[in-house]
Amino acid sequence: MSDNATQPKLDLVVIGNGMAGVRVIEDLLEAAPERYSITVFGAEPHASYNRIMLSPVLAGDKDFAEIETHGREWYVDNDIALYTGEAVVEIDRRRRMVVSESGREIGYDRLLLATGSTPFILPVPGHTLDGVISFRDIGDVHRMVEASEKGGKAVVIGGGLLGLEAGYGLHKRGMDVTIVHLMDTLMERQLDPTAADLLQYSLTQRGLSFRMGAKTAAILGDEAGRVTGLRFDDADDSEIDADIVVMAVGIRPNVELAKTAGLHCEKGIVVNDTMQTYDPRIYAVGECVEHRHSVYGLVAPLWDQASVCANHLAYRGHTQYEGSVTATQLKVTGIDVYSAGDFSDAEGSETLTFSDVRRGVYKRIVLRDDRIVGVVLYGDTRDGGWYFKLMREGADVSAFRDLLLFGQAYLPGAEPVDAEAA
Amino acid sequence: MNAVTTRTTCPYCGVGCGVNAVVDNDAVSVAGDSAHPSNLGSLCSKGTALADTVGLQGRLLHPVVDGRRASWDDALDEVAARFGQIIAEHGPDAVAFYVSGQLLTEDYYVANKLMKGYIGSANIDTNSRLCMSSAVAGHKRAFGEDVVPGCYEDLEVADLVVLVGSNTAWCHPVVYQRIVAAQENDPNKKLVVIDPRRTATAEGADLHLPIAPGTDVHLFNGLLGYLAENGVASDLPGTQDAVAEAHKIGDIDAVAEACGVDRDTVAAFFELFAQTERTVTVFSQGVNQSSAGTDKVNAILNCHLLTDRIGKPGACPFSITGQPNAMGGREVGGLSSTLAAHMGFDAAERVQRFWGSPAIADEPGLKAVELFEAIERGEVKAVWIMATNPLVSLPHADRAKRALEACEFVAVSDCMRHTDTVDRAHVLLPAAAWAEKSGTVTNSERVISRQRSFLPMPGDTRADWDIICDVARRMGFADGFDFDSAAAIFREHAALTAFENDGERVLNLAGLTDLTDSEYDTLKPVRWPIFAPQTLRAAGAMPVAQDSRRLFTDSVYPTRDGQAHLVAVTPRGPANAVSNEWPLALNTGRIRDHWHTMTRTAKSARLAAHIPEPFVEVHPEDAKRYGVADGAIATVSTALGEAHVRVIVTAGQREGTLFVPMHWNDQFAARARVGALANPAVCPISGEPEFKHTPAAIAPFDAAWHGFILASRPLQLAAESSIDYWVKVPGERFYRYEIAGLTTPDAWATTARSWLGVGERTADWLEAVDSAAGRYRAAHMDAGHIEACVFVAPEPAALPERSWLANLFTGEPVDETERIGLLAGRPADPGADPGPQVCSCFGVARNTILRAIDEQGLDSVAAVGEALEAGTNCGSCKPEIAALIAETQADE
Repeated sequence: MSDNATQPKLDLVVIGNGMAGVRVIEDLLEAAPERYSITVFGAEPHASYNRIMLSPVLAGDKDFAEIETHGREWYVDNDIALYTGEAVVEIDRRRRMVVSESGREIGYDRLLLATGSTPFILPVPGHTLDGVISFRDIGDVHRMVEASEKGGKAVVIGGGLLGLEAGYGLHKRGMDVTIVHLMDTLMERQLDPTAADLLQYSLTQRGLSFRMGAKTAAILGDEAGRVTGLRFDDADDSEIDADIVVMAVGIRPNVELAKTAGLHCEKGIVVNDTMQTYDPRIYAVGECVEHRHSVYGLVAPLWDQASVCANHLAYRGHTQYEGSVTATQLKVTGIDVYSAGDFSDAEGSETLTFSDVRRGVYKRIVLRDDRIVGVVLYGDTRDGGWYFKLMREGADVSAFRDLLLFGQAYLPGAEPVDAEAA
Repeated sequence: MNAVTTRTTCPYCGVGCGVNAVVDNDAVSVAGDSAHPSNLGSLCSKGTALADTVGLQGRLLHPVVDGRRASWDDALDEVAARFGQIIAEHGPDAVAFYVSGQLLTEDYYVANKLMKGYIGSANIDTNSRLCMSSAVAGHKRAFGEDVVPGCYEDLEVADLVVLVGSNTAWCHPVVYQRIVAAQENDPNKKLVVIDPRRTATAEGADLHLPIAPGTDVHLFNGLLGYLAENGVASDLPGTQDAVAEAHKIGDIDAVAEACGVDRDTVAAFFELFAQTERTVTVFSQGVNQSSAGTDKVNAILNCHLLTDRIGKPGACPFSITGQPNAMGGREVGGLSSTLAAHMGFDAAERVQRFWGSPAIADEPGLKAVELFEAIERGEVKAVWIMATNPLVSLPHADRAKRALEACEFVAVSDCMRHTDTVDRAHVLLPAAAWAEKSGTVTNSERVISRQRSFLPMPGDTRADWDIICDVARRMGFADGFDFDSAAAIFREHAALTAFENDGERVLNLAGLTDLTDSEYDTLKPVRWPIFAPQTLRAAGAMPVAQDSRRLFTDSVYPTRDGQAHLVAVTPRGPANAVSNEWPLALNTGRIRDHWHTMTRTAKSARLAAHIPEPFVEVHPEDAKRYGVADGAIATVSTALGEAHVRVIVTAGQREGTLFVPMHWNDQFAARARVGALANPAVCPISGEPEFKHTPAAIAPFDAAWHGFILASRPLQLAAESSIDYWVKVPGERFYRYEIAGLTTPDAWATTARSWLGVGERTADWLEAVDSAAGRYRAAHMDAGHIEACVFVAPEPAALPERSWLANLFTGEPVDETERIGLLAGRPADPGADPGPQVCSCFGVARNTILRAIDEQGLDSVAAVGEALEAGTNCGSCKPEIAALIAETQADE
């Protein structure tokens, strides 16, 4: 690697001041601090914060200051031009310029799209009523906190990770919460039915209510345009009262800007293994991208992508992003749930389970060819990180398979690993 | 209440150790009696654990008739009536007693008297037939009487001790420790072990001759020829013939060839024997249990007679007995082949006159194996079995089982509610057990010791002599059985030994014939013969009427010509040779910490922990040839039956041979009664069965899964069809079951709940399942305590050690950290796992010893003993500790 300090700096523009964009900048500053002159646009009015910690903020376990990751001084210290509350509305690839909603035009040599994703809103009647809230950013959290101050009933549509965290947060803030879920078990993409049942039991014990296998027909409102309830698509068109309705039914990658600029998009902005879009000057990372047909909504892949992207931007040769195995951890105080990989009973897979109902512990490890391909942990997630590491490394576990369920404490040879998930 | 100490005698092997039993409130403890001449305070692991065995669990406490509890009157009337009726219809030879070396001399005496003097048949035989009768017959041929001429002291005085067919270190540990201690003090003393197996005893020997099974006569004839050739001569009768016969075997090369031992080893042994005047040759079941058992005994005696090594300090042949009172039984005449008090049937008139009995047996009765054959044929229609478990201990034991099933009337006196034999009785008579009984026993060196009761008789139990006398009275023989105490019986027994005995019988208890009851109660250990009562009184202690330690010091023998006889013996192989179909020679025997059929030793967790499972020892080449792996289960089969036992592959087992212990039975294992496999070939002279050689085969037991269960309560696994192999191992506060099955159950969870008896779905249940790997683990908890756990894996080696889990059964709740790792089967820190037990006396486990060796740099057994106490009591684990030290040093 040659020293580039004497070369003139290139202009890098980053669209999106979320975790992905900022992580690329961090990695890049580390790898090639003098190569780029960097400009960042963020649509939100804040400097960067840790989005995965929104749930603890909602639950009142943390406040916003605690989850802020990069204050404005960080940008200043690193010579980064930061424009917050200013969305980019156009990419002019011919001129290599971006245009913001205020009309600001900034030229680039390299462009990084880190536009993230938008919550999906069910297009049911009433979805635009006042009191229908998504759970995506700090603004949503503020709206929910405000609504909860009056008490009352909250309905959360979506029994996935975010829905449960939202429901739990609102419950802790004194609301009467019902989780409405289309499927029969919670977090079905992350949990097997056993763990999901344990989870539902625990949450019920804590005071949450559930409507499982329930499809929403409409959100009901009053004349003032305020939410009053929900109607289900069932035999007797049953209804439930609600003072707020939180939609947590998934996310959509933000691809509009890229699409408009003529970049190839499918579910997300399509990138190659060096995180480049179809325009090699334009990179994309995070929840807005689609890589090898996968779109990720968790933080760990984002770190992997950022590292590869920064490396490439730094001219440090070709590291490649080959996709991520992902892990999930539910952030509900006192309920430890961890899940990673594929835990379905697919052909060729072998399942190890552990259960201790009295202690509320359940573990499921799925192996294929002596390698971990999936993990579900409930009640005791201490070894989640260790399993995840073994899974990512594709480690052959046959030598200690009999002790695998009992965790790392039984295998003194292995290095300790901190739990790592989003 | 203050602690009360009672001097009594250990009920295990024939060493006959003195024991001090201490009862302090309800707590019983035992220690060796330093005043007893046989053990001088030492005890082995079994003796040390005696206090563990006095509990009442499993005891037979009430008479039972046809499966129902009955009164003594009903039970005794039934026995008397059925015996009386069958005798009346079919004659006295249609009934039999099968008794035991576990009986006290007084019990034995009245049983023998009832059968031979009142019923009028000699159909009383004893389990001593299975272990000692070849020695009896050999002694009679050589000496004219069944007499052991030496004493234990001779083993210490001797410059050479030869142990033949005896795993003394395990089977007679205190005698072995006396030998070892003497030899440690004098490096010129030598120990030779002759045994096809490299046993713990052989490990400590200067020379080990791993002879081919059944070649003892070849070896000792070779020795006799060698001695004669080197100028040793004798003018005793039979010398010429014996030496001539011995010469036929040929020179040392030929002997080595015949015995399958290398020439130099044989030569070294012959030379050592020839040059060492003070030689004691100890022989035991390895010699006796043979179809040529009597000839083997005489082959040994011949060498001692030729060299005149008998009746001298440190020089004699020495038969050591297996049972606590085998000698006492021989003395009263409890074998069907003798009449009474070392008299044969030629003395029938004299004995009848002494007894004043209505009848007398005038010819030998049926010997053990013949007896059960006669029962099976229906010739013997009623049998009374006392204090023994023939369905386990007899050869061809399944035939014995069929015989009892077919028998018209079976009475069993026992102290246990369930044994393989008890379970087939029509009438059960609850007998007092060791701690409750009072009487005398005789050990291998002719020392008569008092066994004294120190616990009350529980429930309805009674002394065996009392039961026998009561039946005799109900049969109309009140006159001969009007005994009110064991002392009274003993006096009569002593009187019979002295009756018209002008020196022609060495067995003479003249000095004890008029003991008062209190003298009997306080009788100190005394060695027969005992001639002068006055001297005994005057001494008030160990009677020294004359030095009875050694007999035949004057070379006068109780034969017609007053001389000892050499007996020409011709070597011959076992009755049934190995074949293509049955290519291996099956040998059976004891292990260190179990006794007979485990009715007692299985009550002691620390004894059961030494070797928890029945096993087969296999030479590595045979293991390879027959596809059995160390730690796996194998099917050992003979033409008569099969057993499923754990494989131990060891170079200590001679190639072409197998060893299976004799102890396990249907109460403790699904299928491990080795008696069912043993051929019923017997020595034509002694009638002793050939337990040491049955042609056999070995094959893998194709278990689909292996596992174990630990449970706080006993389980009924015999009823579980999903379990094809099980062994029950009693623990301190739990029962351990080693299990295996030929087919994998469809639903492990359901199956496991059935095994553990957990019906309710809401039970606190932990489970770890790896179906693809064939692993299943579960535990049943209750209020924080562990109730039971089960571990299953496709291979035995894939199961965790049992010891850590076993230690959770403390009666205390299992703490959370232990609970988390419970199904891992071990603590997260491997250092906390003590591993399997090595020292039973102090409960010191393998890993504890290994860690101490490592951390403290211990380099000797003594150093380990210093640090951990391990091996410092009975010393029988010393070879294992030495092996652990060697193993550690090899690793470094």
